[in-house]
Amino acid sequence: MTTAYGPLGRKEDARFVRGQGTFVDDVRLPGMLHGAILRSPVAHARIVSVDATAALAHPKVEAVLTGADLAERGLAWMPTLAADVQAVLATDKVRFQGQEIAFVIARDRYAARDALELITVEYEPLPPVVDALTALAPGAPVVRDDLPGRADNHIFDWTAGDRASADAVFAAADVIVGGDMIYPRSHPAPLETCGIVADFNAVSGRLELWSTTQAPHAHRTLLAIVTGLPEHKIRIVSPDIGGGFGNKAPVYPGYLCAIVGSMVTGRPVKWVEDRSENLMSTCFARDYHMHGEIAASRDGKILGLRARVLADHGAFNATAQPTKFPAGFFHIFTGSYDLQAAFCEVTGIYTNKAPGGVAYSCSFRITEAVYLVERLTDMLARELGMDPAELRMRNLLRPEQFPYTCPTGWEYDSGDYPRALALAMEIAGYDELRREQADGRTRGEYMGIGLSFFTEGVGAGPREHMDILGLGMADGADLRVHPTGKAVLSISAQTQGQGHETTFAQIVAQELGLAPDDVEVVHGDTDRTPFGLGTYGSRSTPVSGAAAVMAARKVRDRARLVAAAMLEVSADDLEWLDGKWRVRGDPEQGAGIAEIAMAAHSSLALPDGIEGHLDASAVYNPPNLTFPFGAYICVTDVDPATGVVKVRRFIAVDDCGVRINPVIVAGQVHRGLADGIGMALMQQIVFDELGNCLAGSFMDYLLPTSMECPSPELGATVTPSPHHPIGAKGIGESATVGSPAAVVNSVIDALAPFGVVHADMPLTPANVWRAIQGRPVRSDLALS
Amino acid sequence: MRLTLTVNGTEHTRDVEPRLLLIHFLRDELGLTGTHWGCDTSNCGACVVWLDQTPVKSCTMLAVMADGRSVMTVEGLGGGARLDPVQEGFAECHGLQCGFCTPGMMLTARWLLDRNPDPSEAEVREAISGQICRCTGYENIVRAVLWAAAKESRA
Repeated sequence: MTTAYGPLGRKEDARFVRGQGTFVDDVRLPGMLHGAILRSPVAHARIVSVDATAALAHPKVEAVLTGADLAERGLAWMPTLAADVQAVLATDKVRFQGQEIAFVIARDRYAARDALELITVEYEPLPPVVDALTALAPGAPVVRDDLPGRADNHIFDWTAGDRASADAVFAAADVIVGGDMIYPRSHPAPLETCGIVADFNAVSGRLELWSTTQAPHAHRTLLAIVTGLPEHKIRIVSPDIGGGFGNKAPVYPGYLCAIVGSMVTGRPVKWVEDRSENLMSTCFARDYHMHGEIAASRDGKILGLRARVLADHGAFNATAQPTKFPAGFFHIFTGSYDLQAAFCEVTGIYTNKAPGGVAYSCSFRITEAVYLVERLTDMLARELGMDPAELRMRNLLRPEQFPYTCPTGWEYDSGDYPRALALAMEIAGYDELRREQADGRTRGEYMGIGLSFFTEGVGAGPREHMDILGLGMADGADLRVHPTGKAVLSISAQTQGQGHETTFAQIVAQELGLAPDDVEVVHGDTDRTPFGLGTYGSRSTPVSGAAAVMAARKVRDRARLVAAAMLEVSADDLEWLDGKWRVRGDPEQGAGIAEIAMAAHSSLALPDGIEGHLDASAVYNPPNLTFPFGAYICVTDVDPATGVVKVRRFIAVDDCGVRINPVIVAGQVHRGLADGIGMALMQQIVFDELGNCLAGSFMDYLLPTSMECPSPELGATVTPSPHHPIGAKGIGESATVGSPAAVVNSVIDALAPFGVVHADMPLTPANVWRAIQGRPVRSDLALS
Repeated sequence: MRLTLTVNGTEHTRDVEPRLLLIHFLRDELGLTGTHWGCDTSNCGACVVWLDQTPVKSCTMLAVMADGRSVMTVEGLGGGARLDPVQEGFAECHGLQCGFCTPGMMLTARWLLDRNPDPSEAEVREAISGQICRCTGYENIVRAVLWAAAKESRA
């Protein structure tokens, strides 16, 4: 049996290694102008006046847009993906440092920047709300006084699980441990920043956009609603995308400014943000202030979990996640364990910080959930004097419990958790590591061994539960098979490096008995692809991939009828075997897709009711999420004198169900492990008490380099999803979700001799040193 | 200012603003968009090109500083006609995902192998440590460079 799955080299690479990718900033249209955004230098202030007279007088400036100009068009505010509104260009107040105030359109990018300095804005300073813990205090300044009747900074309260049963479990438990944990504000920081080229044709009424978007179809619908332009007159091309990680899911003010700019000037307008703009204004991630507790019996049976979370959403509630889940999928915080009861409550708040909240390869807040439960599990192990691996093994869900409904309502599809943990421990040489650790401690060497076991729910999602602004989370696929048997698959998902052009070709090739080279994958162009919600939340393979399978199976079913006519047998006498329709009992008699495709386009007489050709379309509505899982072990060495943490080894066993291309899967895991190292040790968007963003460049927002990332040691188990047509579960975010807890657990484990039970990320040398001194600090604010 | 320089073997002369950055000269004036801009602060290295024989970050260099000198971009790797073993290695070892950092990484890798044809893993990591990749965790970039070194040692 031949298979198209396997470690196939990527089709994408031929252009990228030659420098021939086409990223948004590579797009140059005749007559194109350049936009630049004037941003607020302060976090909170009333705008008294905006004077662009001098900028307009600049010889290379074509136009300047202010909030007042957009207000005339009804575009000064736009809806967010979370049913809030966000200022496109500020009219009344600025609410975070870096907020958009004016948009200059000039003949080159340097002139546009020059002209920003010619705009005069008069501000009336207001006290900022920076500390999440005091944002709800009586008398706190109100960030969103634009909202009618708004007298505080409260956005939402949301709960999951059952409070009474959780409280009962806690009341009866032998052991309760827990504490406060900050998951600091982070930023996805794709290497390519966000940008757009907008080209409005006033004659045809057509708007063409080249845009850094992970969700071109959803953006088209949203832009149609916001601008009032008819949707069929809007085309969005998201060409090659230089990484997304969630940062390119939202619609940003700059996009709308470029669109209006093109309408105003009658020429194409390019806007590409710089790195500071990216870090200071676009969708951040995390910023969860959590209090968690875990209850257990003295012999190490985990019984229950409780969590209270303060979710800092910044100045506008602009999270990108399914509408009914204001805290994303955080309530999967029961993790991978068999427990009796759980309850969590999340309160969303406004602060004078950049808006957003969910982005960064987190599977809709599951990374926060995994961090909480995995830190609590380690705290419990410490309290019980039990090895953290043994405690986990004792409490992991058993294979026979699947499908498993967790106390907060998720139905996990499949899993063999103990096998994954055992494999990770075997690769790590866990027992030997523990011996080495004990030996080292006698010599004053502080090595840490940190475990994390995670369960994700990805592939959003079932339409009865999940939508974004009313759009159900389905994806379409169109598959055309040409007469010579070459196929073109058009998908709604969008690659930002995940290699869809390769894996989706493999999916179709596998279903149709073709070579992957014979399948071309089209994506990232709304004119050429069917509707679907795009690529984020690890949903490409679970949803869009399933749509591709279903389209291919429709082609295969139709090919059977054509083959029956070709071979002059009954379709019932044909079976699909080794890539061909073959006559049962006479497998030499058969036809492959290429022969059948030619026949389907020929004058061959077809059975009544059968159309010619083989093309097919499908839309996939997932019946449930898929639930990838994994076991990670991180080995660190900590220098207690300097607080420097060195990640020595990272073992990752992932189970993402069936693997279409294991090389690409491994690449996704490599990335996520680096994310874990970055978030646990370095990355943080931090503010001072005035709301100044202190991480506005890569000089201050530290990302891991080749020196901090070890060679990962990977393992795999394969537990197919029972409800996905090829049993795949998705891998895009697993390691980002699972790995930060392993790194932190490792460092805290290393520091056990110092009595350190917890320290918040990022575990920079300074923060580690302070933890050793018994003086941990708030890591989320640079408070004096 | 008048600027004359050689890029990938071809001489170009332009009148440019003194403040024009080399990366914008390459991308906007010459249309060589394989060199990418990523950070403004010399941290990410997406903009790495060769100035004469040395990798430089073209986002923090004025175009006029390259006057009279020669520049190589990704479009010039392998002489432009064939693939350099480094380019082959990146494709062979899944050394890239989104492709944005790739040109800069490959140019640094080529520079390393020209000076050290048999680098250790640690030497490869050191060589690319001034550049950021957000997709690969660097593992397959390192493997790609070592693959290229091995291929060249056989040749």
